[in-house]
Amino acid sequence: MGILKSSILRKVAMALSGLFLVVFLIQHFTINFSSVISPSTFNQWSHFMGYHGLVQFVLQPILIFGIVFHFVMGFILEIQNKKSRGVPYAQFKGSKNASWVSRNMIISGGVVLLFLVLHFIDFWIPEMEHKYVEGSMFNAELIDEQRYYEELVHKFEPYWRVIVYVLSFVFLSMHLYHGFSSSFQTLGLKNSVKKSLLLVTRAFAIVIPLGFIVIALYHHLFSVHHLPYP
Amino acid sequence: MSTAVKTEFQLSSGVPQGPLSEKWTTHKSNIRLVSPANKMNIDIIVVGTGLAGGSAAATLAELGYNVKAFCFQDSARRAHSIAAQGGINAAKNYVGDGDSIYRLFYDTIKGGDYRAREANVYRLAEVSSNIIDQCVAQGVPFARDYGGLLDNRSFGGVQVSRTFYAKGQTGQQLQLGCYSALNRQIARGKVNMYSRHEMMELVIIDGKARGIIARDLITGEIQRHSAHAVVIASGGYGNVFYLSTNAMGSNVSAGWKIHKKGAFFANPCFTQIHPTCIPVSGDYQSKLTLMSESLRNDGRIWVPKKLEDAQAIRKGKKSPEDIPENQRDYFLERRYPAFGNLVPRDVASRAAKERCDAGYGVNVTGDAVFLDFQSAIERYGKEQAHLKGLDENNPEVTMKLGREVVQAKYGNLFQMYEKIVDQNPYVTPMKIYPAVHYTMGGVWVDYNLMTTIPGCFCIGEANFSDHGANRLGASALMQGLADGYFVLPYTIGDYLADDIRTGPISIDSKEFEKAEQHVQSQIDELIHQKGSKSVDYFHKKLGRLIWDYCGMSRNEKGLREAVEKIKELHQDFQKNVFVPGRANEYNEELAKACRVADFFELGLLMAIDALDRTESCGGHFREESQTPQGEARRDDEHFMYVAAWEYTGKPTSPKLHKEELIYHDIEVKSRSYK
Amino acid sequence: MNIKLKIWRQKNAASKGKFEKYALNEINPEMSFLEMLDVLNEQLISSGESPVAFDHDCREGICGTCSLFINGRAHGPDRFVTTCQLHMRRFKHGDTITIEPFRAKAFPVIKDLVVDRTSFDRIQQSGGFISVNTSGNTQDANAIPIPKEDADLSFEAAACIGCGACVAACKNASAMLFVSAKVSQYALLPQGQVESKRRVKNMVAQMDEEGFGNCTNTGACEIECPKGISLENIARMNREFLLG
Repeated sequence: MGILKSSILRKVAMALSGLFLVVFLIQHFTINFSSVISPSTFNQWSHFMGYHGLVQFVLQPILIFGIVFHFVMGFILEIQNKKSRGVPYAQFKGSKNASWVSRNMIISGGVVLLFLVLHFIDFWIPEMEHKYVEGSMFNAELIDEQRYYEELVHKFEPYWRVIVYVLSFVFLSMHLYHGFSSSFQTLGLKNSVKKSLLLVTRAFAIVIPLGFIVIALYHHLFSVHHLPYP
Repeated sequence: MSTAVKTEFQLSSGVPQGPLSEKWTTHKSNIRLVSPANKMNIDIIVVGTGLAGGSAAATLAELGYNVKAFCFQDSARRAHSIAAQGGINAAKNYVGDGDSIYRLFYDTIKGGDYRAREANVYRLAEVSSNIIDQCVAQGVPFARDYGGLLDNRSFGGVQVSRTFYAKGQTGQQLQLGCYSALNRQIARGKVNMYSRHEMMELVIIDGKARGIIARDLITGEIQRHSAHAVVIASGGYGNVFYLSTNAMGSNVSAGWKIHKKGAFFANPCFTQIHPTCIPVSGDYQSKLTLMSESLRNDGRIWVPKKLEDAQAIRKGKKSPEDIPENQRDYFLERRYPAFGNLVPRDVASRAAKERCDAGYGVNVTGDAVFLDFQSAIERYGKEQAHLKGLDENNPEVTMKLGREVVQAKYGNLFQMYEKIVDQNPYVTPMKIYPAVHYTMGGVWVDYNLMTTIPGCFCIGEANFSDHGANRLGASALMQGLADGYFVLPYTIGDYLADDIRTGPISIDSKEFEKAEQHVQSQIDELIHQKGSKSVDYFHKKLGRLIWDYCGMSRNEKGLREAVEKIKELHQDFQKNVFVPGRANEYNEELAKACRVADFFELGLLMAIDALDRTESCGGHFREESQTPQGEARRDDEHFMYVAAWEYTGKPTSPKLHKEELIYHDIEVKSRSYK
Repeated sequence: MNIKLKIWRQKNAASKGKFEKYALNEINPEMSFLEMLDVLNEQLISSGESPVAFDHDCREGICGTCSLFINGRAHGPDRFVTTCQLHMRRFKHGDTITIEPFRAKAFPVIKDLVVDRTSFDRIQQSGGFISVNTSGNTQDANAIPIPKEDADLSFEAAACIGCGACVAACKNASAMLFVSAKVSQYALLPQGQVESKRRVKNMVAQMDEEGFGNCTNTGACEIECPKGISLENIARMNREFLLG
C-alpha cells in the first residue's frame, strides 16, 4: 500500500480521516440544526455551501476522498485482520474483554456506509444533477435560493425514511463512541490528555447523532404539516 | 586412553599466584588472548540461555567468536533464571553501611560453610559491581528511590543492604536484559540460536570437546554441531527431587552427559532447600512455588507452642488468630537471636523441619509453618500514622496504613500466594514449608571455569564453584552473570589461543558418527521399550526417594537404603517405562524419559556423595554429625575439600578425587547465627 | 469433581486438526489447570494413546511458556493469571471445558496446543535491545539518576512475559501490546534514547512482516494480559513512531 506500508501509519490514516469526518459532521450538524430554528438561515447556509466555488471544487472533493478513503481503508484493514487470525476459534468470548462497539466497527461502519448510499441518492445526486446536468451551477437563472428547506422537509415525510435515518444514526453513534476516542490513542496522545478528552468524545458520540435524530423526527412530526412555510 | 593416566589424574584448580585481591587482575593480564581476526574463525557452542549461558553467548559474540546457542525452551528468554524473585547482590556500598568486596566475599564463603574455592568467590565479589553497571546500561529497570538512585534491600544471612532488585521479578528483568544482548548478536548474525533443541551428547575428538549431538524437539531430528569449545550453562539439577521450585523442563542432562564423558561432578549432595515455599497440597502436585526470601525481612515464622493447638489447627478446629501471642513459638527468633528470621536458608529450613517432625506442623499434611505479617503490618501502620499525624492507637487506621506498606513491598508475592492457596495473607498468616530450590553442587571447574575435559566449560548453577555447601540469597543471579559476562569470555581465550590454526571442525568424523549412533540407540531403546508405566510415575518415585533419604537431613542407614532403592527403581525404569509416540516427532514424553534416565544416575551419585561426607555442612545435614543442641557440626579436619567424582563407566562405583580447600585470607570459623 | 474436556488435537503443523472429547473424574479442585492436564495425559498414556501436547515450564506464571485458549479466553477466565496459575476450583462439577491453542497466523500450531511463537523473538531481534557491549567499562550504575516514576513505568512495561495472550485475545491477532511494552521500557529510560527512533521503526516493521493484525484499540489485550501491561504503552509506541 505504498506510503502506508506500516500498520501504524495505516491506523493513523484511519484516525486522521476519521477526525476529519468528525469535523465535517459538526459542520453538517450545525447547518442541519439551523433548519429547526430558522428555515431562512438554513436556506442561506445551504445555498452558500452549494454554490461557493471553494466548497464545491475544493472542499467537496476532499470530503469525498476522506469518506472513500476511510471506508476503503477500513475494509482493507478488516480483511487483513481476519487473515491474521488464520484458523478461527471455536469459542471466542470477545465480550469478556472488549465492548461490542469496539469489536464491531466494521458493522457500525458498514451500516453508516449503506446509509450514505441512501443519503446520496436522497440529496447529493439530485443536487449534482441540478447543478451540473441541468446546469444551475453555471446559469444563475436556474438558481432557487429558497428551495432547500422545502426539499429537506419533503424528504422526511415518509416514515420509513425517518426510521432508516434514526437507526443509522444509532449506528453512527456506536461508531463514534469507539472511533473518536480511539483516534487519540492511535495518534499517541498521553493518558492525561486522553482522559480529559474521553468525556468530550463520548458526549459527542451521543449528542451529535441524537441531534440528527431529533432533526429528522422534528421535521417528520412538525414541519411537514406547516408547508409551505410563510 | 590408558587407565593409568586416569588414576594419576591430579585435580588442578589453576588458581593464580599472588595476593587474593590481585589474583583476577593479574590473571587477566597474563592469560593468552585470541586476536579479533582469529576469533572470527572460532566457533563456540553454548548450551543453555539463562543468565549464565545467555550472557556468555552474547559476550562471546560481541568479542567476535561465532556462537551457536541452544535451549530446550521455545525461546531463549524463558530459561528458568527468569523465575528468580528477590534480587542480585553487589558490593556497591551505595547504602554506606560498611559493605565492601571483602565483606561480600566473606559472607559468601561463610554462608557456604567454608566449602567454596576462595579465589573464585573473591573474583565473584570483585566483578559484582560491574554487573549492576552493565545491567543498568542495558536498560534493566531496577527499583529506585525518589532521588532517582538505585534502591537496595537486605537479604538472609548478611548484615548489610547490598541487594539490588526489580520488585519481586529481579531474575526476569536480568534475564530479559541478557536476552536483549543475545538478540542484538543474533541480529548481527554472530549468534545462531537453536531453541527447542536439546543437547544429547558431547563429542570429544583427540581428547578435546569439539561439538555436540542435539535433538530438535519439534521434528525429532538428531543433529551434529561442531565447535572449538563447548560451554555448558544448563542450570541446576533440583528436579531430581521431582518436586522443586525449578521449571518442569529443568534438567541435568547436559551436565550429566559431559560427566559421563570425563568431566568430574563435584559435591552433588550440596542441594539447597529454600525455607519459604508454598507447602505441598496433594499427590497430583507437579511443582512447588517459591515465595521470595525477602518476605523474611518482615514476616515472622512460628508454630504453636502447644502440641494440641497445632493438632487443632491441622484439623481446622482452630485458626492461627486463635493462638494468643504467648502461646506462639517464634522458633527462629528463639534459637538464633542475632539473626532471627534472617538466618541463612539451610538453617531456617532445618529449623522448620525440626518443628514439623516434632508434630507442630500447621497444615493438613503436617508439613507447614506460619509466616506471619501481623507485627509488620502493625509496626508499619504505627509509623505511617505517626508520619501522617493520625491516631497511632486506632487499630483500624494503623492496620489499613500498615497493609498499604506491606502491599507496596510484597504486593505481587501476596497476590501470587492468594492465587495458589486461595487465602488472603494480609489476614491469615501464610503457610510455608521448605522446598528444593538450588543446587550448589555441579560440574567441577578450574579457575578458568573449564571442566576436566579440555575445551569443555561449565558456568552458572551448572558448575559447583562459588557457593560451597549453601548459597546465600541473591547470589545465584550474581554468579550467573559474573560467569557469563565477565569471567568465561576472557578465560576461554586462554584455551582457544591454541586453536587459531585448527580451522573448521568437520562433523563427518568417526567421533561424530559414533556419538550420533550412541544417541540414536538410546532413543530407540526408550521408544521400543514396551513397558506400562509413564515417565512421571518413575520420576515421582525417584524424587520421593531422594527427598526422604537425601533431603533436608541424611543419615548413613537411610543413604545406604537409598542407594539400593535407586538402583532397583532404575532397573524397573529401564524395563518398564512406556514412551508413547515416535522418535521423529514432537514427543515430550521421550524428552522427559531421556532426562529422567540421567536423573537416576545423578540421584545415585548424590546418595553416594552424601554417604561419603560424614560431616554436616551447609545444606548437607548428616544426623550423625550434630551438636547436642541439634546444630550442624562441620568437620574441617577431614572434609575441607571438594568431592569431585569421576565417572568410571559404572554409575554405582564412581571414583572420588579431592580438591583440598585452603583459606589464606579468611579465618575458618564455625558458622554461628546465634 | 467430574469434568468434560473438548481439546484441539493436531498431529503436526502440516496436518488438519480437530476437537476430541475427554471425560475426567474425581478432579481435585485444588489442582492447577495444567495439573489437571497432567492427570489427563497420565490416563491417555496408560491406555496407550498419545498425550496432549501443551507448552509449560515454570508453572509459576513468570516464564510465559504456557498458553491455551480456555473456554473462549486466553489463559482462561481469571484476570492477571497465566494458565499455570489457574486452578480447577474456578470450574464447576459437570463443566465442559473447551481448550484451543492460541490462534494467529504468526503463531502456527506445532502440535495439539503447542504453537510457535518465534515471531516474538524475531521482533525483539529487530531492535528490542540497547546497543551496549559487556565490556565491564560502562559508567557507574548511579551516574544517571532516573526519576522513580519513569523507572517504575519502565519496569511495568518490562514485566511482559511474552506469552502471546494479547495476540490470542485480540480479535485482529495484533501484537501491538507486546511490541509496545518493549518499546516503552526503553523509551522511558535515558539509556534507551539514542537509538529509540530506529528501534521503534524496525520493531514495527518486523511485527508487520510477521503477519500480525492491526490494532483497533479494543483493549482486549490489556484485559487478558496476565501481567496487566497497560494500553498506554501502545499510545506511547504510536507517539514514538510518529515522532521518529
